[in-house]
Amino acid sequence: MRGISFDIAHLLAGSLVLVSFMQLYQDRLYALLNIYALHAFVLAASVAWQAFVQDAPHLYLTAVIALVFKAVIIPTALHRIIVRLGIHREIETVVGVGPAMLLGMGLVALSMVVMLRVTADADPLAREDLAFALSVVLLGLLMMVTRRNAVSQVVGFMSLENGLVLAATGAKGMPLVVEISVAFSVLIAFIVIGIFLFRIRERFDTVDLQALDRFRGERR
Amino acid sequence: MIDALTGVLLVPAAAAVLFAATPGYRVTARLNVVAALLTFLIAASLFVIEPKSGPYLLVDDLNKVFIVLTTFVAFTTSVFSASYIGHEIDIGRLTPTFVRFYHAMYQTLMFAMNLALVANNIGLMWVAIELATLTTVLMVGIYRTHEALEAAWKYFILGSVGIALALFGTILVYMAARPVVGEGLDAMVWTVLVTQAAKFDPALLNVAFVFLLLGYGTKVGLAPLHAWLPDAHAEGPTPISAVLSGLLLNVALYALLRFKMLLALNPAAIAPGPLMVTMGLISCVFAAFMLYRRRDIKRMFAYSSIEHMGIIVFAFGMGGALANFAGLLHMTMHSLTKSAIFFAVGHVAQVKGTQKIADIGGLTVTNPVLGWGLVLGVVAIAGLPPLGIFMSEFLVVSSTFAREPWLATILVFGILVALGGLFLRLNTIAFGEPRGPTAAAEASYVPMFIHLAMVFTAGIYMPPALVTGFENVARLLG
Repeated sequence: MRGISFDIAHLLAGSLVLVSFMQLYQDRLYALLNIYALHAFVLAASVAWQAFVQDAPHLYLTAVIALVFKAVIIPTALHRIIVRLGIHREIETVVGVGPAMLLGMGLVALSMVVMLRVTADADPLAREDLAFALSVVLLGLLMMVTRRNAVSQVVGFMSLENGLVLAATGAKGMPLVVEISVAFSVLIAFIVIGIFLFRIRERFDTVDLQALDRFRGERR
Repeated sequence: MIDALTGVLLVPAAAAVLFAATPGYRVTARLNVVAALLTFLIAASLFVIEPKSGPYLLVDDLNKVFIVLTTFVAFTTSVFSASYIGHEIDIGRLTPTFVRFYHAMYQTLMFAMNLALVANNIGLMWVAIELATLTTVLMVGIYRTHEALEAAWKYFILGSVGIALALFGTILVYMAARPVVGEGLDAMVWTVLVTQAAKFDPALLNVAFVFLLLGYGTKVGLAPLHAWLPDAHAEGPTPISAVLSGLLLNVALYALLRFKMLLALNPAAIAPGPLMVTMGLISCVFAAFMLYRRRDIKRMFAYSSIEHMGIIVFAFGMGGALANFAGLLHMTMHSLTKSAIFFAVGHVAQVKGTQKIADIGGLTVTNPVLGWGLVLGVVAIAGLPPLGIFMSEFLVVSSTFAREPWLATILVFGILVALGGLFLRLNTIAFGEPRGPTAAAEASYVPMFIHLAMVFTAGIYMPPALVTGFENVARLLG
């Protein structure tokens, strides 16, 4: 397994983590969406490479979903929504960029320590992939908690989900990967685009979740 | 080949499609009851003829109990839902289009929960629980008020993070199984995993269980991952609150129990018990204190659900034949009682036109049947003898006292604090000066009293068949 194919898989998974970091410090929504498209593109490349290395043609389907749906359709749709809502270009982060990056590095270190120690016997490709995947998942979570804006929280969730797809494709021969990635796409498409953003806009004239907090049932 | 296992999936799936296509909402409300009854009857037939488990679907003593309980409560809730939704249309809170959507979603949720319970594949089970989350998110937001949207959003975000973590755990379980079982579908099939679990890599299983506990634990509503639960219960339609508390939390718990069984079979893996005991105790005590400052009646009972899920997870975490039996009994009793309470609360909120506790008063005077039904329900949920929950709580506590007296003391403390909180509020709601509108409720009391009668009976007399059934499951859980 060592050799060029391993190196390429390593490179692609590593780039995914790097792009996750790039998302953390974007302070404008447009830029954030572009970086997300890049994230999905890198994921598609990584999945396609796994499909090639593992000789698992069904994974190409997952790669195509990632490429078409996540890297093109979703960012375009979100772009349109942002334009239509006319929302502020600035993203307010709850935590500043510096602390967010430091926290992110801490999380990556954590996932390396946990996963590499645990999977000592597994084959190196799956092992590295899993460690990177957990990093992407945790960085996605971090992004969700450091943002207030509904759109950027959704982007955080989607990059978290990309991490899961990376993990699922890295686990060699895992069945149902395609089904799971479809299920996730349905989840995202259905809820995010179709319903919530429009209704939140309709009701609140903002997608800033802090505005939603005012309507909490208990603080009347 | 259609057997009972595919039946409990096909009926709700077909009904969902049918309801989405049928415009007449009063007809669909009745058909909803018929479909739910049919599903329940098919599920009950599992006790008579047990179909064979395949690579995708499975039936054993454990999930039989869950399936029958789920389909039964789903059936009674559909009866309640018919009268509840009728009222919502009359006052114009829901439009016919939304009701059509609601009924289709109700059956989709039933399909998803049944699928999660019969799935013999950890990936399929995960997909089913995701589908259940999705449908309930949509139903919680159905009123489209500020509060409902916030609740649905919060539920969506926290629920998605939960299932994402659960998926990571699922992938790790596959990774652990792969070297032993081999690549492909077999490494995700329960019945195969269970036979080989002793040879899995324990370190991977440990990490997997932590993710699964956090992921599915979010769906169970364990503190500190419970934040979505009170909002979702308070802002959605009340039948959905009943289904959430009575059923969906159980389904997530079922997933957790399956993985616990897997870990228990591997001697080198960590014992999942202490983790579950800790989270259960925290949830129980935390929720008990939260009961005191509630102003919204549905939120209050949502916190009570967290408390009881805490007790149940605690019992299963302690393990052993007696504690498992108690946990199973408590889960059944809690499902029945809590859904009965939500049936009552739903009608109360409709009569009074509000969910604020401050605006509800003297129910036993203004609406005696409803009021006393609620009183009985709260007495049951607080765990007073001779009702069923007293029985199960007594079993949990007494079996724990023999092994870990300190843990039992904390648990009893939590239960007593919760009892105080519930009665404090019940006093103003049910007795005292009547407040708010006093119109008679157009309610169907039958589901509520059937549940309460069952809980009452279970406290006094348990049919031997039920006891042996539960004992078998308790042994299975180890």
